[in-house]
Amino acid sequence: MGLFILRRFGVMILTAFCLTFIVFWLTNLGPNLEKLAKTQGNARMSDDAVVSWLANRGYSQPLPIKYGQWLGVLPGYVIDGTDGEVRARCAGPGEAVEEASTFCGILQGDWGFSTVAKDNVSAVLPGRLANTGKLMGWVMLVMVPGALIVGVLAGMREGSRTDRTLSTASIVTTATPEYVSGVLFISLFATGTFGMQWFKGTASSAVENATFENFFLPVMTIALYGMGYIARMTRASMAEVMTAQYIRTARLKGVSFPKIVLKHALRNALIAPFTVIMLQIPWLLSGVVIVETLFTYQGFGWELVRAASNNDIEMLLGVSVISVFVVLMTQLISDIGYVYLNPRIRIS
Amino acid sequence: MEPLTWTGAVGAFLNPVLGIAVTLLVVALIAQLVLGLFASPTTLQANPDGTLAASGGILGKIETAMKYLFLAVIALILVYLIAPLVLPYGMVGIIGEMSQRFLPVWIALIVTFTISIIYKRRLGLYGKLFDSTVGMIGFGLVMFWVFTALFVSVFDLIATHDYLTQVSGLKNKAPGVAVPDGTAGDIPHYLLGGDNLARDIFSRMVSGSTFVIAIAPLATIFAFMVGITLGLPAGYYGGLLDTILSFVANLILAFPVILLFYLLVTPEIVQTGIPSYMAAFLFVFPLIFFGVLLNSRYYTQPQKRTAILVPVLGILGWLYLSVINQKGTVIDFLPAWFDLFDITILVVFVSVVFVNAPTVFRIVRGLTLDLRTRDYVAAAQTRGEGAWYIMLWEILPNARGPLIVDFCLRIGYTTILLGTLGFFGLGLSSESPDWGSTINEGRKLLLIFAHPALPPAVALLSLVLGLNLLADGLREESLKD
Repeated sequence: MGLFILRRFGVMILTAFCLTFIVFWLTNLGPNLEKLAKTQGNARMSDDAVVSWLANRGYSQPLPIKYGQWLGVLPGYVIDGTDGEVRARCAGPGEAVEEASTFCGILQGDWGFSTVAKDNVSAVLPGRLANTGKLMGWVMLVMVPGALIVGVLAGMREGSRTDRTLSTASIVTTATPEYVSGVLFISLFATGTFGMQWFKGTASSAVENATFENFFLPVMTIALYGMGYIARMTRASMAEVMTAQYIRTARLKGVSFPKIVLKHALRNALIAPFTVIMLQIPWLLSGVVIVETLFTYQGFGWELVRAASNNDIEMLLGVSVISVFVVLMTQLISDIGYVYLNPRIRIS
Repeated sequence: MEPLTWTGAVGAFLNPVLGIAVTLLVVALIAQLVLGLFASPTTLQANPDGTLAASGGILGKIETAMKYLFLAVIALILVYLIAPLVLPYGMVGIIGEMSQRFLPVWIALIVTFTISIIYKRRLGLYGKLFDSTVGMIGFGLVMFWVFTALFVSVFDLIATHDYLTQVSGLKNKAPGVAVPDGTAGDIPHYLLGGDNLARDIFSRMVSGSTFVIAIAPLATIFAFMVGITLGLPAGYYGGLLDTILSFVANLILAFPVILLFYLLVTPEIVQTGIPSYMAAFLFVFPLIFFGVLLNSRYYTQPQKRTAILVPVLGILGWLYLSVINQKGTVIDFLPAWFDLFDITILVVFVSVVFVNAPTVFRIVRGLTLDLRTRDYVAAAQTRGEGAWYIMLWEILPNARGPLIVDFCLRIGYTTILLGTLGFFGLGLSSESPDWGSTINEGRKLLLIFAHPALPPAVALLSLVLGLNLLADGLREESLKD
């Protein structure tokens, strides 16, 4: 077990390096840097001005060196600019170049400076993450119990009318992407078009003060899309368990049906959905981006969209480090959890 | 012209009837769901005279009631759809006129279903689809949009106005609004109202279907070619090849899809030529696939092989070169007369294939790992067949069941991805009538005018739902063998 976790950890770190390097490479491509220079400096810059603007700010160094500096394994640049100003990577705004430290990368805990938010990435992201965490927490609270109940109800009598109705309903929810259900919800429940103006169409006020009125729609929008899939997995797992020998034995012994479901079947049926729920979290991430954009909720996904559309390199890197970390951690937890929960694997 | 109402004059007495029927149906459905948890299931009881009787009790009665209510609702809906064919224009309102516009689609659907049901025993898995209600509904929804796309793009039917024409005064107008004199297209109304640039929403919605119907299946086929060509050897040989390919696949899958889209599908990236190189790499896989497929089958008969391989690879190679060769990009070496077509949205196409291929790879690899231990593979190995023959002619046909099901699901997922791209305004022009872009246009004013965003949203939902139901039906029927 220890070796397995260690190996997974190694692969994880390698993956993280590759992914951040790809993001770094894509954001540091020529046209992207040119766009950055023009949005940050002056939209009508001449080509020469763009080149010197980039050179003065360390963007023209070779890619591996820039990546090393961002990681913190190479010393940050100190450039005597063509405009007479000396700039150092590690010198924050208002800090003298001489006092700046030599290394400043992600390994030193310095996430860089966001060119759009005009603040350190490490100052902006925690707040955004907390907002998204709040959203995801509520989504999980709605989605997981709902999906498990639907799945167990459908799977305990395979082929019954209840099963068919609930299965069809879960297919419908998996076929409704967030931007469709979000739009449907908003026009149904947040505008007067259908006379049911019960909720708010934006969640921007939910950052400070989340109420049922402004938070219900975004939570439901994300939860519904994930719910169908988990419910279907639970149903399949439950249906399989219900055909097992020990369930038949329990039936023949005369155990009542609710007791069979709750005491005998449920525990074994919930092993597979656990993995699915964990692996669903990275999927929720893209749902979060869509919903936060649609409902203008200032969380992690909203920040991703803002950073990406303005080529805010260091913010984008920070965002991708976090999302890659989340994806890989959930994979690890689901692997370990599966082994741990399943006695057949755990004991052998 | 008077503006149209939703159901017109006929609706005045049909609507209450339909309302009652639907309410009763919903009540019966809920009652049945609740009772289904407590009451004993419907069982068959054998009578002494050899007949069977259903002794369902209250549950059985509700079931019977539901059947008739459902039929009644269907019949009423059919009246709404058929009545406009015989009644004068505008009598059945917007619903009726829309049904009238979709007339070619209805005819095509009826013909398809009739022929398929008559010959279903001879049509293999496709025919079996017509044994499952869910599968039939799914197939109907999918074919509805396929026929719509076909009639709109090829025969220029269905759409009532040009999807780009702006008519002043119709900005954000409600459904059924009459257009000013002299600007009427095929009919003098905007059936689903005008969008915020005063264009006809109904025409934009039906025109948008051509984009999805053309791109989504094609991109899925390419993703499958890539996934199969790489997944088969990874699963069959295992070892270092498998480790490397799986690592790369997991790497791509660990990327949040939207971050990847935001990084790849931008005008700046198109400038650097990366999409062209990716296209050159990804689109070569169909060539490899068909080359190896035919070569491994016929390499013992060199003459026959050459006779088949040369034209196939020739045509595919020409298509390949035409696809990757684009005017004004890094790959632009073909003379204009040789270049068949230019795809303006190559970057969208490439990124969708790129996102889908790793998942297909993982599925194919998993299936191959399972199937390579089978006896028929051992038999083929003993016969001395080549590795590629075994992979492509022994393993692949036996993995077709799950792959066909996944193919349907994946077209749906690709549709969702294309919508996501449109929703974030990536890669597509804002004038494009595709559903994602239209939803994106509509959502900006959603709280004031809800009607522009709803039709494309419902359209996308129905197509993806159709594909998912189709996949479900196929899975059910293929498991019955």
